[in-house]
Amino acid sequence: MTSTTPRATGRHVQLMATCLCDAFFDDVAIATVEVLEHLGCTVEFPENQTCCGQPAFNSGDWPASRRVIRHALETFPGEVPVIVPSGSCAAMLFHGAPMEFADQPESARVGALATRVWELSDFVVNSLGVTSWGGRLDARVAFHRSCHTRGTCTGPAVLELLRSIEGLEVLPFGEAEQCCGFGGTFSVAFPHVSSSMGRLKLDHILEAKPDYVVSADMSCLMHLGGLAEKEGRPVQYRHIAQILRDAIRHS
Amino acid sequence: MARQLIDTFAARLDKGVQKAVHDNSAAGTDKRYSVLGSDYGDPNPLRALAGAIKQHTIEHLDTYLEQAESRLTANGASVHFAATKEDACRATFEILKAAKATKVVKSKSMISEEIHLNDYLAANGVSAVETDLGEYIIQIDHDHPSHIVKPVLHKNRRDIARSFEREGLGEYNDDPETITRRARAYLRKQYLAADAAITGANFISAESGRMVLVTNEGNSRFCLAGTRVHIALVGIEKLVPRDRDLGVMLNLLGRSATGQQLTVYTEFISGPAPAEQPSGPREMHVIFVDNGRVETLASDCREILRCIRCGACMNVCPVYRQASGHAYRSVYPGPLGAVLSPNLAGKDFAKLADLPKASSLCGACNEVCPVDIPIPDLLLKLRHRAKEEHIPSPGTPPMGGFALLASSPSLWRAAMVAGAALDVVPKGAIPVPAMQDWLRTRTLPKWRGGRFRAWFRNHKKQS
Repeated sequence: MTSTTPRATGRHVQLMATCLCDAFFDDVAIATVEVLEHLGCTVEFPENQTCCGQPAFNSGDWPASRRVIRHALETFPGEVPVIVPSGSCAAMLFHGAPMEFADQPESARVGALATRVWELSDFVVNSLGVTSWGGRLDARVAFHRSCHTRGTCTGPAVLELLRSIEGLEVLPFGEAEQCCGFGGTFSVAFPHVSSSMGRLKLDHILEAKPDYVVSADMSCLMHLGGLAEKEGRPVQYRHIAQILRDAIRHS
Repeated sequence: MARQLIDTFAARLDKGVQKAVHDNSAAGTDKRYSVLGSDYGDPNPLRALAGAIKQHTIEHLDTYLEQAESRLTANGASVHFAATKEDACRATFEILKAAKATKVVKSKSMISEEIHLNDYLAANGVSAVETDLGEYIIQIDHDHPSHIVKPVLHKNRRDIARSFEREGLGEYNDDPETITRRARAYLRKQYLAADAAITGANFISAESGRMVLVTNEGNSRFCLAGTRVHIALVGIEKLVPRDRDLGVMLNLLGRSATGQQLTVYTEFISGPAPAEQPSGPREMHVIFVDNGRVETLASDCREILRCIRCGACMNVCPVYRQASGHAYRSVYPGPLGAVLSPNLAGKDFAKLADLPKASSLCGACNEVCPVDIPIPDLLLKLRHRAKEEHIPSPGTPPMGGFALLASSPSLWRAAMVAGAALDVVPKGAIPVPAMQDWLRTRTLPKWRGGRFRAWFRNHKKQS
C-alpha cells in the first residue's frame, strides 16, 4: 500500500478526527490538534465530518461506502492537507476510495482528495520535515506497527519521533510484524480467529513489560486493550499523538 | 448466531494440529526473512521485477502459449490443451492407455490435486503412487494437503509413524530419519515398476520450451529416470517469456518457499530422452490446463495468475496459522487460495465466497509475495463481487444504516451524543449481534461521543 504522490503540503490543515476518536477517544483528537498547533499549524475541524467509509468498503458493500466517501468529498473541500490520526482511515482515503471509485464519475475528485490525505506522523516527519521531536517522557513503550501502515512512511516516521524523545525507550518484542487481529468487521465475523490473533500479540507485547503500547491506530489499541482487560491482564495504551503531546508537556 | 465457516473450523481445530500449523508456518516465515534479507538486503526491487515479468506474461498469454507450444513441439514433446478438469483427466488417461501404461509414479503437482487426477486414474484401472514424501503420507492417509509446499504441515511425526505402521512399513518408529529411509526403500521399488511419470512444472520458458521442475527430494528425477512416458500437467499461467527470466524466478522461489537459496534439485527438461540416452521417457506430453484460469484472466483478479506457488503468503498469514489449510475447503489454502479458489470455482463461486472474508486485510501476504500480488485488494474485490451477487455473509453486520448515518451529519452528531446511553444500559442487553460478538472476548471503552467537538469549539473561541 503506497500513498499517492505528490501530496498537498502546508501549515493550514483540515483535521479528520476519525469516528473512533469522535466516539471514544476524544483525548487522541485533542492531542492531535495540540501537536499540529505546536508545529505552527492552523487546524480546521469541518463539523460535518463522520467516517471514512471503511467498514462498508471492507464488507464488500461498495455502494454504501461510496455514499460515505461522497459525503467526505463535500466535507473536506479545498486543497489543504487533510490530517488523520489513523493509518487505517488515511489508507482508506488514499488507497481504498480510489479503488472503489475507479469506474465512478467522481473518480477524479476522489483522486484529488487522496493526494491531500496524510497520516499524522507521516505528515509531521515527511511534510513538515520534523525528524527530532525532543521533549521528555520517562516511559518504556512497545510500538505496534498497525497493518494499514505497511508500505507507507508511517512506521519509520513514528519510530524516528519516538526515539528522539528523551527518557523514552522503544522496546523490541516478538513477531512485531504480525496483525493484532482487529480487522474491522473481521473482529465480529471471525471472533475466534480475531481473539486468538490478539492473544498472541498481547503475549508478545506483555513479555516486553512496556509502560504503554503505542500505535498510530486506535482501532488496534481498542481491540488489544479490550481483550487485555477482559482477560484480567490490562495494558495501558497511548496513541502516538498523546505521546508527542505529553513529551512537550513534560519538558 | 450464524458463524463464518472458517472461524467455526478454527474454533474446533485440535490444539495440537493448530500448534503444528502455527509453529511450522511461523518458522517458514522466519527462514524466508533471514535468507532474503541476508542475500538481498532489500528484496523489494527483485519482487517488483518478478511481478512485472509475470504480469507481462499473463497479459500476453496468447502469444507466449503459442510460442511455448511450437518450441515444445520442435523439442519433440506433444502439446495438449485441456479446458476443464475432466478434459485434463481424460487427456492424461488417453495418453496412458495408448502407451499401455497402468503403473504411474507422480512427483508433487498441485494441479493434479486440483483436477482430482488420482481418483480418476484409479477408477480407470491405473495405479498412481505419490513420490514426494509429504504427498505420499497424504495418499496413504486418504487426507488432503493443508499447504501447497508442505502438504503435511498439519501432522506431527507421531501421526506419520502410526500411518507407516498401519501400512506395513515396519514397526512404530517416529524417528524422522527412519521414517524417511522406510519411505525411500518403498518408493524406489515403485519407480522401477512404473511405466509412466506424471509431474507438474514450476515454469516453462516460451523462448526455448525448457521446463523447470524443482524438488528437495530428487523424486522427480527418479520418476523420469526409469519410465517410458512423461506427462506434465501445467497451468497455462506457468510460463515465463525467456530463459533468463528463470534466473529471477528461481532466486525468489526457493528463498520464499523454504528459505533455501535454491532447492536441492532444479531440473531443466528440454524434451523427451534422445535415442543416445540409455534411459528416460521417449515420450513427453505437456497438458496445458485452463480449468477456470482464462475466466480469472478476464476478471479484475487477474494478478493472482502471477503466483509461483511458493506458499510464503500462507506461512505469514495470521488467519492461516489459526485455522490451518483444511479450513479453506479447497486445494489452495491461505491468502492465495482465498483469491484463487473462488475464481477457479466458476459457477460455484458462491460456495467459496466466504474465503475472501477470512482476512483482517493485514497485508502481510502482499509484503512477502515474490511476485508482489496485491492480495488484500483482490480479497476486497471478491467481497464486493459476493455482495453484488447477494451471497449471504454470516456475521458481517449490514452496512445500509451505517452509510445513512455516516452521510447525514446531523444524524451522526445526534448519534454521538446518544451513544452515551451505552454506558448506562447493561451491554449484555444490547440486541446487536456484532456488539455481542465483540463483547464476548473484549470490553468496550467508555463512550465519550461529542466531547472532542465541544472541546474544539471552546478551544477555537479562546484562541
